Amino acid sequence: MSTPAATSDVLLRARSSVSALFGFALVALALAFTHPLVLAAVAAATFGVARLSGVQAKLRGAVRFAIPLALGLAVINALLVRDGVTVIWRFGELPLFGPVDVTSEALVYGFLLALRVVVIIAASALLVAIVNPDDVLRRMRRSAFRSALTAALATRMIGVLTSDARRMDQARRCRPDGGGSGRRAQLLMVGSVASGALDRAVDVAATLELRGYATRVAPPRGDRLPYSRADRAVLASALGLFALLVVGIAAGLAHFEAYPRLTLVTGVTELLFAALIVLTALAAPLLGGRRRR
Amino acid sequence: MSALAFDRFSYTYPGQEAPALSEITLAVEPGEFVVCAGLSASGKSTLLRAASGLVPHFHGGAASGQVLVGGLDTRDNGPGELARVAGTLLQDPETQVVMQTVGAELAFPLENRGLGRAAVARGVEEIALTLSIGDLLERPVDQLSGGELQRVALGAALAARPSLVLLDEPTSQLDPVAGDELIWMLRRLNEEWGTAVLLVEHRLERCLAHADRVAVLSAGELVCDASPSEMLGWAAEHQPALQTPAARLFERAGLRPPPSGVKEARATLQSHGLLEAGAVEAPAEAVSETHRPRWPRRKVAAQATALSCRAINYELPDGRAVLRDLDLALEPGELTALMGRNGAGKSTLLRILAGLEQPTGGKVQSEGRVALLLQNPGDYLIHERVDDEVDPEVLAEYGLADLAASHPRDISGGQRQRLALAVVLGGARPSAVLLDEPTRGMDRAAKGELIAKLRGLSAAGTAVLVATHDTELAAALAQRVVLLSGGRVVADAPTAEVLSGGWHFATETARILGGQGQACTPEEGGAVLRSKMTVETAP
Repeated sequence: MSTPAATSDVLLRARSSVSALFGFALVALALAFTHPLVLAAVAAATFGVARLSGVQAKLRGAVRFAIPLALGLAVINALLVRDGVTVIWRFGELPLFGPVDVTSEALVYGFLLALRVVVIIAASALLVAIVNPDDVLRRMRRSAFRSALTAALATRMIGVLTSDARRMDQARRCRPDGGGSGRRAQLLMVGSVASGALDRAVDVAATLELRGYATRVAPPRGDRLPYSRADRAVLASALGLFALLVVGIAAGLAHFEAYPRLTLVTGVTELLFAALIVLTALAAPLLGGRRRR
Repeated sequence: MSALAFDRFSYTYPGQEAPALSEITLAVEPGEFVVCAGLSASGKSTLLRAASGLVPHFHGGAASGQVLVGGLDTRDNGPGELARVAGTLLQDPETQVVMQTVGAELAFPLENRGLGRAAVARGVEEIALTLSIGDLLERPVDQLSGGELQRVALGAALAARPSLVLLDEPTSQLDPVAGDELIWMLRRLNEEWGTAVLLVEHRLERCLAHADRVAVLSAGELVCDASPSEMLGWAAEHQPALQTPAARLFERAGLRPPPSGVKEARATLQSHGLLEAGAVEAPAEAVSETHRPRWPRRKVAAQATALSCRAINYELPDGRAVLRDLDLALEPGELTALMGRNGAGKSTLLRILAGLEQPTGGKVQSEGRVALLLQNPGDYLIHERVDDEVDPEVLAEYGLADLAASHPRDISGGQRQRLALAVVLGGARPSAVLLDEPTRGMDRAAKGELIAKLRGLSAAGTAVLVATHDTELAAALAQRVVLLSGGRVVADAPTAEVLSGGWHFATETARILGGQGQACTPEEGGAVLRSKMTVETAP
């Protein structure tokens, strides 16, 4: 299935520090509010931005991973938390759990927790998708050389070992017995990839040496790139999102309490707050310029 | 001042007793193009690592003597300092890139030298244009093919315009066209930029014509340092495995001196009246019917087949077609070479035939089990000891019984290849064996062993299909060549017909003789030349 073309690459063109700020703002909003309207707004903003930037496929994979985890959390919350007062199901005595009463408050809060986990993971996936890792490493080299070296090595090793594991798995399937199955075969594979990891890391480290990383000379002073239109657009959106975060927290907007009874404040202010989150996030890709051809 | 100078340099890897290099004295002058030749494990890669400073700084071990790189002593300067004067490209391109995108990879060495943003951008643009990788600049490196990765790694090695370039088998991942282009590009850099080149290569026929000198290593010692023609004369007496096909052709025909390349060989043959100027025989079908494909196509046999596929299509998730409506049938015992450019679909076809991938459309049928040996034999070896991989009697059959207690990573490339083949064949005879680039990094002696093994399988009734860029291997092994292009079969005919009628997909012998007598191997070419001599000298 082909991926729809992006309509704007502003977030991908912006410098990594600015794109990262934008992604962190969305993650922070999802972390700060449990109100379903705000979570829905952050989700809409995240998927909208991903759609406009053409990176929705990366989010889909993350969400597919997040949903089972989130649903598990929702079920566990409903079964274990006994703070609600509206009992909707009595299971009686269960081994290990003792008396289990499911309350509507715990059920609702569990599902909101699940929604929050999905939104946080989706926003984090957006952050990874829009930030250029090479640019991050380049900037890290200026301030934290050793950390950047480790990060460069580790980042590349993920790709190298993933490709090693894929090839070795194919080789395993080429064996006359199909390479066996079960835990022992898996352990052999993992052991083999891991034992090769040291050699591969040494090879990548040798390449870093050969490209002159260890003897790096600082770039000339004043050699900084001026802020582009894309940088300014994304920065404005990111700062706008952070402003909404601060105002929302300070003003106690989108108040939500699950226990002992559900308290959900949903008025014009909350609707406006949620709408502003979506509009501020989408402003960068919508107004920051069309995709380069 | 020499670009590179070894002075009585010896080196022993940590934990080893025998030295990997012994008393090496060798100089590469500025603007010189030197090829380093030798059989497997002769010390070529170690020599290159010593020139780049990785030996001993990175690998440890014991070293004596001196290596000067652009006047910098490798004892006092590590690989980072030496990188300012020498660009290095090692064997495995996958670990030769360190950044996430091609553009960042090319910029990386320039940034490390402290160049300003504008200078970095210009350097990236220039090297991308030089290597024709401008369209890859924004691509993530993990989406590149082996050949593309090789070019990008070479670009990173050359980006800072070093005065010396050290390359370890840079054409091993490339198809004949890309391999030739790369060697020409190195020659251009050598002539236009004055860059000194030290190139380690097994396929000498590809690079000798461009070389000023050849240094031959054997068991860590420099045993020959001479011009290409002199080296070939030396090889005929001391290491026949290093003779190029052209040299062997001349030897079979009783001609001297051995030529260093096609041009020189053709000139010599023309001067002896054995070849007409500009003589090139066109492929048979192209002569009569211009509207038909340039290459002949073979009809799928109606008789019993060991392995066949019909109307195979394969598309990537992004919709790009890798294989299109492809038919192929292998008869029992048939030896077939599958050739084509990088990205033509060879590896994908092998995976589909072996059942590792499901085609988007079409059908695969086999008489029995299909064994597949993928490109990297080390991927098959997952145990701690060689005798844990296969039964002892199978080890003995493959001549590996002495290595039973060794770790699979510690045995040589050729031995690893044999062990991996033993693993995939599993003792019982499959109906077909498929091999993907089995001779990468192999010397001619090891190739000979592989050919003998595959012929044995063929004689027992197993169909053999080898995907390869190595035209000499195809000519020596296969009865039939299938040429893929853009996911389609564009030629399917007897080996002599395909490999004697082209330029890139042709052996060196065929290129020299221009397809005369459809001779592909030096032996066949020698016979053609001898028959001409007999006719000319007859009363």
